[in-house]
Amino acid sequence: MDLNYSQEELAFRDEVRAWLEANLPQDLRQKVADYAHLSKEDLVRWHKILAKKGWVAPAWPKEWGGTGWNVVQRYMFEEELGYVGAPPLIPFGLTMCAAVLLQFGSEAQKKRFLPRIYDCDDFWCQGYSEPGSGSDLASLKTKAVRQGDHYVVNGQKTWTTLAHYADWIFCLVRTDSGEKRQEGISFLLIDMKTPGITVRPLILMDGAHEVNEVFFDDVKVPAENLVFQEGKGWTVAKYLLGYERMNTGRVGESKRQLAKLKKLAAPMMKDMRFRDRLSRLEVELMALEITNLRFLDRMRRTGQPPGADVSMLKIKGTEIQQGVTELMMQALDPAASDEFSISIRKRYLSTRKTTIYAGSNEIQRNIIAKMTLGL
Amino acid sequence: MNFDYSEEQQLLADSVRRLLQKDYEFEARKKTVASKEGYSPAIWAKLAEMGLTALPLPSEHGGFGGGAVDLMGVMEAFGEALVVEPLVPTILGALLVAKGGSAELKQSILPAVAEGRMKLAFAHAEPGSRYDLKAVKTKASGAKLDGAKSAVLGAPMADKLVVSAQGGGLFVVDAKQVKQQAFATIDEMRAADLVLNGAEGIPLQGGLALIEEIADFASALACAEAAGAMKFACDTTLEYLKTRKQFGVPIGTFQALQHRIVDLYIAQEQARSMACLACSKVDAAESPTERARAVSAAKIKIADNARLISQEAVQLHGGMGMSDELKISHTFRRLTVLGQLYGDADHHLERFASL
Repeated sequence: MDLNYSQEELAFRDEVRAWLEANLPQDLRQKVADYAHLSKEDLVRWHKILAKKGWVAPAWPKEWGGTGWNVVQRYMFEEELGYVGAPPLIPFGLTMCAAVLLQFGSEAQKKRFLPRIYDCDDFWCQGYSEPGSGSDLASLKTKAVRQGDHYVVNGQKTWTTLAHYADWIFCLVRTDSGEKRQEGISFLLIDMKTPGITVRPLILMDGAHEVNEVFFDDVKVPAENLVFQEGKGWTVAKYLLGYERMNTGRVGESKRQLAKLKKLAAPMMKDMRFRDRLSRLEVELMALEITNLRFLDRMRRTGQPPGADVSMLKIKGTEIQQGVTELMMQALDPAASDEFSISIRKRYLSTRKTTIYAGSNEIQRNIIAKMTLGL
Repeated sequence: MNFDYSEEQQLLADSVRRLLQKDYEFEARKKTVASKEGYSPAIWAKLAEMGLTALPLPSEHGGFGGGAVDLMGVMEAFGEALVVEPLVPTILGALLVAKGGSAELKQSILPAVAEGRMKLAFAHAEPGSRYDLKAVKTKASGAKLDGAKSAVLGAPMADKLVVSAQGGGLFVVDAKQVKQQAFATIDEMRAADLVLNGAEGIPLQGGLALIEEIADFASALACAEAAGAMKFACDTTLEYLKTRKQFGVPIGTFQALQHRIVDLYIAQEQARSMACLACSKVDAAESPTERARAVSAAKIKIADNARLISQEAVQLHGGMGMSDELKISHTFRRLTVLGQLYGDADHHLERFASL
């Protein structure tokens, strides 16, 4: 047992760290540090810088642009991105759609979409949730009816993150309303410029426009945009759920936020009630980091995908993110009205979403109960 | 980075676990804790034969020069089985001698410990000192000791005691010289309150720094033992949820209970992670501060999660969880003590924040 990274691993980390220091544009870094709004241009710019370096999609197979790094290196890279405070890499294309195409897509689909995802020539969003289908995703109603060489799509998606930036959306749609509802679902790629699509903003409690409603009104989608087989969309969605996402706990990002919190809260440390809450949070983060490394180490040894372990990382990681923002807000001068203080309060509001999105933490508990504990 | 036990470590943990499964099932253990001695000399001999008392001792005195990580798998197995034999008190006493004793003293004690012929205990805490390692009132005039020590684990069966005195003094005292008031702790270990009353000791070097080092070592072992006890508590509770039927179905089908046991499993994984941290840092930290920070962080998490898991395990067992007949109620007691031993969460929060 050795909890320290090896010399080679440390050298890798130093290489990544030095490159990030030299190549992360100062203005983007500042925006992230200030919790300022990141425009589509900001996100795409950073994506393209990493793409040019060849580091934007480490997990992909080498032939499509992957780096060939092992799971530990990939984890370290992602943690460094979080720790340095780089703009986020939007996962819908890079990690989600790409993973699906690599596993289930036809050669033609891979050739058509993967290079454009790699270079962020296409911006992707995810069409899963619907007004009546949140945690119970399989109840989705958006319908796709085959007519000749097209599907005609009607229905509504909601909570669609960054749909207002997106060129493409991957959707779960109902192609059959037979008895077994999971079997009537298909995975469809839809060009956002197709006539009949309307995007309407949903403003969240922090005032930000990040998520949207997306309406489909007789939208014609070429049948070649079906991924895998008709009626097998649920298989695809489940695959994505267990896909290797070892940075789900976002340890690097939380470490950076915790360091910031400590600076911000320095005058509060005389208050034992506050200090103890901060210490417990720091200990939580230490426990999360080591647990994350233990899972990674096991993955590296066994070659098995992490499965429900990801759910545990999601639960603890998001609880910590919320804990940090809560203490940050508490540490502020309650009367302060400067821009930074306001952005921290807004961030507290915004961070409440983390335990709800990407499978609420209650759904994650269901997954662990079923998959790990056999209940 | 790797979290594997080495082959030797794994083999040792496996053979200890096999021994405990064979000779230490719950009914046998009940007889042991009810016995006059409060431990089983036969089990003690077997543990010593496996090399457990020799493991952390220096090789020049019959030991294997192991550390906390080498003992971690053993401690996890001890936690699962609720072992009451005084291995940890003996190891703590022996490490104090190994690190602070003269060559002659080491030679007179350590080989005997390594062979299982001698048991030790570390008499440090005093009435009212709580977890403050510096709060020692016992006075040493030359080699004569006066004062009182409380709840010294393993003292009733110890041959020799390592006794602390004001200012970081440490003395090896023959156990027969000391007046003992022996009792069983709530988790069925044997301990004693001591009155030193002029007992004569042989001095050790090392002072407060050594006491802190040994206390951190002891805490790391307690974390590993707690991780094992938590694993048992989670596994047996899960089994109960799958077999206990109410309203015509196993109670594990209820989501309210599923989410609670999931939280226990998460807590157990976190605890094990922190036990790994504590054990590897007491072996290989770059400074006493780094070591202390890791151990206190681990102890905070272990104390919090030991309480959560033990309380919830009993609750999820319903009335049966309260019953003396079921092992879970004994695991509850052990976890309650381990959460407080060598400092509870509040104590370590104070220490963590000060480092």
